Amino acid sequence: MEIFGVPLPAMMSQLLLGLVNGSFYAMLSLGLAVIFGLLNVINFSHGALYMMGAFLAWMGMAYFGLNYWVMLVLSPFIVGVLGIIIEKTMLRWLYKLDHLYGLLLTFGITLLIEGVFRSFYGVSGQPVDTPELLQGATDLGFMVMPNYRGWVVVASLLVCLVTWFVIEKTKLGSYLRAGTENPKLVEAFGINVPLMVTLTYGFGVALAAFAGVLAAPIIQVTPLMGSNLIIVVFAVVVIGGMGSIMGSILTGLGLGVIEGLTKVFYPEFSSTVVFLVMVIVLLLRPAGLFGKEK
Amino acid sequence: MKRTAIATTAAAICAMGFSFAAQAQISGDTIKIGFITDMSGLYSDIDGQGGAEAIRMAIADAGGNINGKKIEFIQADHQNKADIAASKAREWFDQQGVDMLIGGTNSGANLAMAKVAAEKKKVFISIGAGSSRLTNEECTPYTVHYAYDTVALARGTGGAIVKQGGKSWYFMTADYAFGQSLEKDTAEVVTKNGGKVLGSVKHPLSASDFSSFLLQAQSSGAQILGLANAGGDAINSIKAANEFGITKKMKLAGLLIFINDVHSLGLKTTEGMYLTDGWYWDMNDATRAWSKRYFAKMKKEPSMLQAGDYSAATNYLAAVKAAGTDDSDKVIAKMKATPINDMFAKGGVIRPDGRMVHDMYLMEVKKPGESKYPWDYYKVVATIPGDQAYATKAETKCALWK
Repeated sequence: MEIFGVPLPAMMSQLLLGLVNGSFYAMLSLGLAVIFGLLNVINFSHGALYMMGAFLAWMGMAYFGLNYWVMLVLSPFIVGVLGIIIEKTMLRWLYKLDHLYGLLLTFGITLLIEGVFRSFYGVSGQPVDTPELLQGATDLGFMVMPNYRGWVVVASLLVCLVTWFVIEKTKLGSYLRAGTENPKLVEAFGINVPLMVTLTYGFGVALAAFAGVLAAPIIQVTPLMGSNLIIVVFAVVVIGGMGSIMGSILTGLGLGVIEGLTKVFYPEFSSTVVFLVMVIVLLLRPAGLFGKEK
Repeated sequence: MKRTAIATTAAAICAMGFSFAAQAQISGDTIKIGFITDMSGLYSDIDGQGGAEAIRMAIADAGGNINGKKIEFIQADHQNKADIAASKAREWFDQQGVDMLIGGTNSGANLAMAKVAAEKKKVFISIGAGSSRLTNEECTPYTVHYAYDTVALARGTGGAIVKQGGKSWYFMTADYAFGQSLEKDTAEVVTKNGGKVLGSVKHPLSASDFSSFLLQAQSSGAQILGLANAGGDAINSIKAANEFGITKKMKLAGLLIFINDVHSLGLKTTEGMYLTDGWYWDMNDATRAWSKRYFAKMKKEPSMLQAGDYSAATNYLAAVKAAGTDDSDKVIAKMKATPINDMFAKGGVIRPDGRMVHDMYLMEVKKPGESKYPWDYYKVVATIPGDQAYATKAETKCALWK
């Protein structure tokens, strides 16, 4: 059986690979959506912190002999703490100003972080080995899937769904959402809103670092890995609707698949297709697929 | 008496004027070298700051001045954008008085800079770009293509692999000037030697994931996967090919692999791979001696491009000194008339089309056990004499060399 001249097994394997890439988009855009939804900050440093997550994983393994699983927890934690410091010392002062200031600040932080890593490590990158448990590949019949890529999909979907559940379905999440709607009123109920906002930013960037650690064994860890990805991720957030949690997860996965298919039918266009989708979506639904019109 | 005094004074003034004129052969009273390359992107390790350092070494070795005229150096990052490269080059020629421009990596950027340099009649030496178009369809009287080109890479790696029985090829190609040139030139070599090209897939520059392209390559059933890309793209292609087990069924042919790439990937991932290089730091005493000085500054061994940057700047400055002027036409005539003999090339010749012809080397990456000291990565499998490596007079499409 063939679909547009492409054999079915080949098509299925491309869809699956699209899903793997989509899970990275989902995880990164989720962090962006959480931060934008609760802080109203367009966090341009997300890509740099994703890169930093991957780099910390490599450093932990290369310098301290720690294993992948330790770094999968430790690296997001360190980046999360760094995020909290950034929020406490810098971002905090910009909430009352136009979005543009937050964007410029975080963009500056990106250049800083990337520049520091580039001057120490160059751009060729550092190799991170796949953890032993996940080495090898599974024959799925239509393709041979490296076990590690399967793990990426499982891990990122799990993290995405838990995040969505916490924010949309729990009491803590309802405080968070209420805090962004009307911080004064929520504070009047005795809830520490500034602390909540700080922790949210820390959590959002920790998600980026988590994605970075997941990506480390797949691609060379280089200072540029974040900037190669971040523009696409922003497009994903815009398509999904700024601030929509579920929207960013579904759009991330969906666009990964669309991009994967483009790689088969018109590979030259694969880095552009996301932006074409963005243009179409914005023309038809200016608030994004899952966004609410204000 | 009075009359003779006036005549003498007049003669003296004239003589002084003439001697001034002779000294003023150096425009702007400085010899200014510009260097535009990728300083921050995926090609910045193979050239970038290391290349700039190599040029500074060349200037220092020339004494920092020629006949009392200072040698200056400026550098810029083109960010792999041809328009930035071209407008920077134009600005430098027009306003900064740059006499000679060294073009670093990225063929698209170099083709654009070559056009500007030709229009301004300034010497342009392209080091890091691969596209053979620089000395073919788009050759100019002022372009020198120095280190390597896609034809030489194709004949080196492509030729060797087909002769060893790698007859069916599939290409994974970076979708811009360099990748397209490399694919085209290699495909020609493959078919000429009795091989077959089964297809190709073109990926965007700095693609984030190569697995999809690799699966397409695999389903072609070809024996050889030709990687017509470079830098970070080549690195990630090789990494993903290992991950998906594609290296078990297909042999990878990295058509442009630099020592920095091998260093980054490690010998375990790259062992046994063939590649063509124009220069290797550990070839002889002269290369080792220069590399030692470079290493002391950069803490890395130099790539072919960085060594080429040094050699090109050195030979340009020697030509300026010999010609006694920085006038582009005279300097380039001098450069074309003088064979290049230094640590980079033995008996190198700049042809009328601008191609610097020198020997190329087919290398094989050592096994981890064979590597005895840091950066001990290659063994030379074959030396490809310059006149066989590059396009010949019969093949050239350059109007200047007909």
